[in-house]
Formats: sequence, C-alpha cells, structure tokens
Amino acid sequence: MGETGAAKSAEIDYNEIPSNVRRRPYYIIAPGLLILIGILIPFVVAIFLSLTNYSFRLPTWRFIWFRNWTDAFKDPSFYHAVWVTLRYAFYATLTQLVLGVAVALLLRKDTFYSRVLKVLFTFPLMVAPAIAVLIWQLMTSNSVGVLEKLLNFFGVVNFPWASSHGTAMFTAVLIDTWVNTPFILLLVLAGIQSLPKSPFEAAQVDGASAWFIFRTLTFPMLKPFIYIGLLFRLMAALQEFGIIFALSKGGPGDTLMNISLTGYITSYQFGRVGKALPYLLVLWALCYVVAGVLVKRQRKLAKLAQGY
Amino acid sequence: MKAGFKFCVVFLMALMVFAVIAGFGAAPVEAADFNWKKYEGTTVKVLFVQHSIVDAIVSKLADFEALTGIKVEYSITPEANYFDKVATSLSSRSGDPDLFMSGAYQLWDYSSAGFVENIDNFLGDSAKVVPDYDAADIVKSAVDALKWDGVPGHAVGKGPQLGLPLAFEIYSLAYNKRAFEKAGVAAPKTYDELLKVCDALKEWNGPGSYAIAIRGARDWGTIHPGYMSTYANFGAVDFKAENGKLVSQVNSPESVKMNEFWVELIKRGGSPSWSRYTWYEAGADLGAGKAAMLFDADNNGVQQNWPNASQEAGNIAWTVMPLAKAGDTPYSNYWTWAMAMNSASKNKDAAWYFLMYFTSKPFALYASVDKNSVDPARTSVWQSEGFAKKMAQQEGYIDTFNKTIDSTTILFTPQPYFFETTTEWAATLQDIVAGQYKSVKEGLDALKAKMDEALKDVDL
Repeated sequence: MGETGAAKSAEIDYNEIPSNVRRRPYYIIAPGLLILIGILIPFVVAIFLSLTNYSFRLPTWRFIWFRNWTDAFKDPSFYHAVWVTLRYAFYATLTQLVLGVAVALLLRKDTFYSRVLKVLFTFPLMVAPAIAVLIWQLMTSNSVGVLEKLLNFFGVVNFPWASSHGTAMFTAVLIDTWVNTPFILLLVLAGIQSLPKSPFEAAQVDGASAWFIFRTLTFPMLKPFIYIGLLFRLMAALQEFGIIFALSKGGPGDTLMNISLTGYITSYQFGRVGKALPYLLVLWALCYVVAGVLVKRQRKLAKLAQGY
Repeated sequence: MKAGFKFCVVFLMALMVFAVIAGFGAAPVEAADFNWKKYEGTTVKVLFVQHSIVDAIVSKLADFEALTGIKVEYSITPEANYFDKVATSLSSRSGDPDLFMSGAYQLWDYSSAGFVENIDNFLGDSAKVVPDYDAADIVKSAVDALKWDGVPGHAVGKGPQLGLPLAFEIYSLAYNKRAFEKAGVAAPKTYDELLKVCDALKEWNGPGSYAIAIRGARDWGTIHPGYMSTYANFGAVDFKAENGKLVSQVNSPESVKMNEFWVELIKRGGSPSWSRYTWYEAGADLGAGKAAMLFDADNNGVQQNWPNASQEAGNIAWTVMPLAKAGDTPYSNYWTWAMAMNSASKNKDAAWYFLMYFTSKPFALYASVDKNSVDPARTSVWQSEGFAKKMAQQEGYIDTFNKTIDSTTILFTPQPYFFETTTEWAATLQDIVAGQYKSVKEGLDALKAKMDEALKDVDL
C-alpha cells in the first residue's frame, strides 16, 4: 500500500504541468519542422503537377493521373537521358576525385610553393559554372581560342570540342573538372592535415616505403574525406545543368541531354511542366538512393578510421 | 428683297464661320498637345535582347523618361538565353516585365497561352495615339507578321496585333570580296555554284579558315534563317493540314533533297564547330576573316562591316541567296524583332507610351541613321536620304534587299509549339550532319514522328 502510494506520488499528472512547459518540445522542433515543410512544399507540388497536364500554354489543367509517367517510361529519350546522366556523373566524379587526391598529396608538405599553389588552385572555385563555360568557350573557339592556337603547334587544327558527338562529353567533363577539382583538393588537404602524426612516424622508424605508408595508412585514413568529396561531387554531377546548358544546350543532337536538361527544356522552353516533372522526380529518387548508400558507407568508414 | 438678300449673305457667312470653328474643334489633338506626362511617376519594366536596336533604345531612355516622367527599368540578355527568360517571366503572371522583345514565331507560343496583350486596344483608340504617330508608315509586311488569329495552321496577317516591329531582317548571302578575289571566284547564284565556291574557298585565309558560316546550335535559331529560306526554295513546307491536324512534312521528297544539299554544304564549306554556331559566332567569323561567306540575316554581316567594326570591315558585300537556277524568285523567311506587351502588366498605358515612343518615326530614323540598327520597320526611314547614304557603304545591301523583299514572308506554319518543333528540328539536323542516321531520309522520318507527337493535341 505504501509502495503503491509512493508510485502514485511519483507519477506526473500531465495536466498539472504548466502549459508553457508542456509546449516546450513543440517550440524546440518548430524551426526544424518549418524548414522541413518549406522543403516539402515544392516537392509535393511537383508530385501533384506530375499527375496533371499542367502547361504554361494552357489556361487550365486537368488530372491525367500517371500518363506523364507512363509516357516518360515509354519514351526512348528518357532512357537516353538517364544514360547520359550516369555517364557524365561517372566520368566527372572519377576524374575530379583522382586529380583532387593526387594534387592534394603532392601539396601536402607545407612549403612556400605549395602555399602559393593552394591559393591558385582555389581560383576556379570562385567562378560561377556558367562564367567558366564562357571562358572555356572562348578558349576552345576555333577562331580566337588559345587552346586552338596551342593545338595548332602540334598540328591539330579545328579540334571540334563541344561541336562533335565524339568530344562533347569530354569537353563538358573537362570544364566541370577545372571548376570543381579544387573542391576535392581542399577537402583532402584538410583531411591530410587532420591525420595523427604518430602512426606515420612509427612507420618511418620501421623503414616502411612511401608506397606502403600510402597504401596502409594515408589512403585508409583519408577514405572518409574522399567519401564526403565523392558524395558532394557525385550528387552535383548527377544534377549537372549549368555547364552543359551554357556549352551546347545538350547538343550536338541529344549527346549531352541528361535528365536535368531534358526536364528544363521540356518545362521552360516547351512549356510542358507536367511532362517534365517525372524526369526531375526520377532524378531526385536517383540522387536520394545514391546519397543514402554513400552516407551509410561514409559513416562506416569514419568509424573504422577512428578505430571503432 | 435687298434686305432678304443681305440676311441670307450674313446668315451664310455666319454659318461658314461656325462650321470652320466647329471644324477646328473636331480636329485631332495636335502632337504638341498630346499629354506625354499622363503616366508620370509610373515604372515600366522591359526585357531586351542583345541587339543593335536595343543600343539605340538605351541611348534614348533618358529622353523618354524626361518627356514622360515614366521610369524605365530594363535588362539585356543575349539571344541564346533570352527566350527562356521571357517564358519564365511571362508564365509567372506577375506582370513583370510590362514589355518584352520577341519575334513573331515566339508570339505564337506566348499568345496561345494568353500572355500577350492585343496592341489594337491602343492603336485603335485615337485618344491614346500621338497624332503624328502615323501607324500606316510602319512596314506593312512587318505589321502583318505580328498579327495572328491564334488558330494553328492559319497564316499570319489576320487577328490581334501581338506586337509592333522595331526592325526586321531578311536572308541573303554576305561574302568577303577579298576572299573571292583571292580565290578567283564570283559570288554564287545557284546551289551548284555555291558548293563549287565552297571547295575553292577552303582554308582561303590560312589553316582553320573556311568557306561559309551558317548557324547550327541546338535551338530554333538554326532553322529560321538561311536553312528555312532554302527549304522553301526547294519547294518544301513544314506542315500541312490533314484530317483536322497539322502534319509534319519534313520527310517529303523536297525536304529530303534540300537537307541532302544542306548537309553537303556544311561538310564542304561549313565550320567544324558549326553545331555550336548562333548568330554571334556566325557573324563574328565573317568579320574575323575566318569565314568567306555568311548565309544569314542581311544585317548580321552589316554589323561586321561598319568602319573598324572587324578585321574584314569594308570587304563585305551582299548578293541574293543561291537558288536552283539564276533568276528564280528568292523566297526568304522573315524575322522581325518586335516589342510586345505582357497581358498581365499592371502598367499597360505607360507601357504603351514606351512602345509608341520607340516605334515612332523620329526614333526609327535615329536608330538607323545615327545608330547602327538596319532594316528599319518604318517606310519613311527606307525612303530617307540619310539612310540611303549610310547604307551606300554596304555594297549590294540595298540592291539585294530590293530583289528579295517582295518574296519575303514568314515561311513557318503558325502553331503554338514552335519552340519544341524547331528545337527538335535543329537537334535532328545536328545528328544528320554528324552521320548518326543511315541516311538523311531516316533522320527526317524520325523528326517527323517527333513533330507529329508534339502537335498531337493541337486540333485545327
């Protein structure tokens, strides 16, 4: 009886808690909730409109349910856009990761030249992608471009750059690499500077080779940083729009028509918003899945690098 | 009797005096009395494309603002991205911009969506039009090009006035006289001659130089200049009405023949970067001595030929576009840069003042004679001594214009999916030139399917 009475007295009567205290958890989560709602509104609107024939050209719209989706999945240009998106993302991300890590390793020693080079390497990051494309369009111009003049020295005249089906992807990836490799470089450099010194000193005392140290210490410990770079760059490359649009509007033909560009042109140039949205929502789903896998893997690697 | 006669004379004189006074009272308001300050304090927002007429407009904005008290806010966008900006702005229905530049074809898209104000609402109201405006002086073909009744397949020239022309252009062949002298060739008059001249002009100015600059970028701009004119000269049409639908004719025998010629022209004489070429690159290559010919808008080459405007300034001349045989009628497509009004504008009357001022006779004369906007949309400017004197330095320009203008018209079938069909057209042309199809016919069959799909919901 005594125990029951004590238990009863220990119970908190919800109604006795002051209302401002009761509401406190809601106040705490309110900003996050508002942001979440803000993020979700356009997303929900996009899903809703993808089920309609909404167009800039029609004064009214009506539900057509899944017709836009079935049309997209029946359209060969959809699969072409997915294929271009994946290829572009693969080439751009791989090139930037390899170059970014390699240059970061070369610049890891703190010397006067490495300090100057680190500053110089960050310059492209300060240029908007569309401006970078304009710079590269001038550089690759067959009339006045410096790269054309440079290639002329080697006997190459009128290199087609973005004008040819065979070299358009290469040109777009080249510009993307110029703009974004410094991002990987800075990220990996920060990672290198945060590495503990003792394992490296111990390995050197034991006479380990530079390659052995890189393979067994540096690279495994840098993996979480490389994964963060991979995550950011892969997401951006999957969604790439600015560079390709400014470079060739997806041409020649449909060579560079990735999902973003197909969605944009269908929506804004052709006015068919409802038709474009399945493309863009598929891109969102693709990014969501890839990001989910990468984040999970990155967490695992970070734990491993910390010795868990 | 005498008194009666006197009374009649006095009465008649009084009647005459009254009639004269009454007549004066009914006379239209003098230009000097027109109230330009009626919308003082209003702000008008305008979207401009990068163009020589815009340079002239911008240089006169201060005068307009001083005359009307209307403030003008504007942005200038290169043509390559301009229409994306217009479509986005108009579809927001916010009323911003109040005015925007457009071509006739784009107005088919925009007016179908209800984005465009009918300018007849202002032009038809004499109280809103400055008395010396003289609308009849605006080049009729340019005015008609901007009228459309909104029915797909119906020709332009009837229906609401969707905009007023600032300038227009026709298509002809500009060529570098120095290049032709060097190669010992004459200006080509036929398709066969053009191909032969292309062979003769290969690398005429060193490595990397080529014969003919043509637009080839993946957008509508590739289709409407020399390509569409030649397409019509081969007897091809874009659409025909069949069973209540517009059906693409791009795979017709005439079209196949024309496209085979066009592909050969690009391969034998075009730039290796052809598929990236817009108005700007094509014109710049002629001026830089990279291309020996330019098959494009007549005024594109002019901008390279003003004294000191480019390396080849002074060397450029014009001739009628090549045809099947010399002496055939040169059918040219027609383009007009017009100013149109957003139907969602909240400042329509002030916007009309802007439109009226910058399509007026004095401004058109200023833009063409004092500035460098050619192909003016005012007949009085074409007839002016100042313009004739100015254009005399552009060899063959006026002569080519006179030989072409009477057979110049919009060669596209008006329909509300102009952007979509012509973008697909340009993309397919790029693929055909790059050999992505087994034959030209196969590429055009694929294009026809895409165009028909785009217009499947459009009923006539």
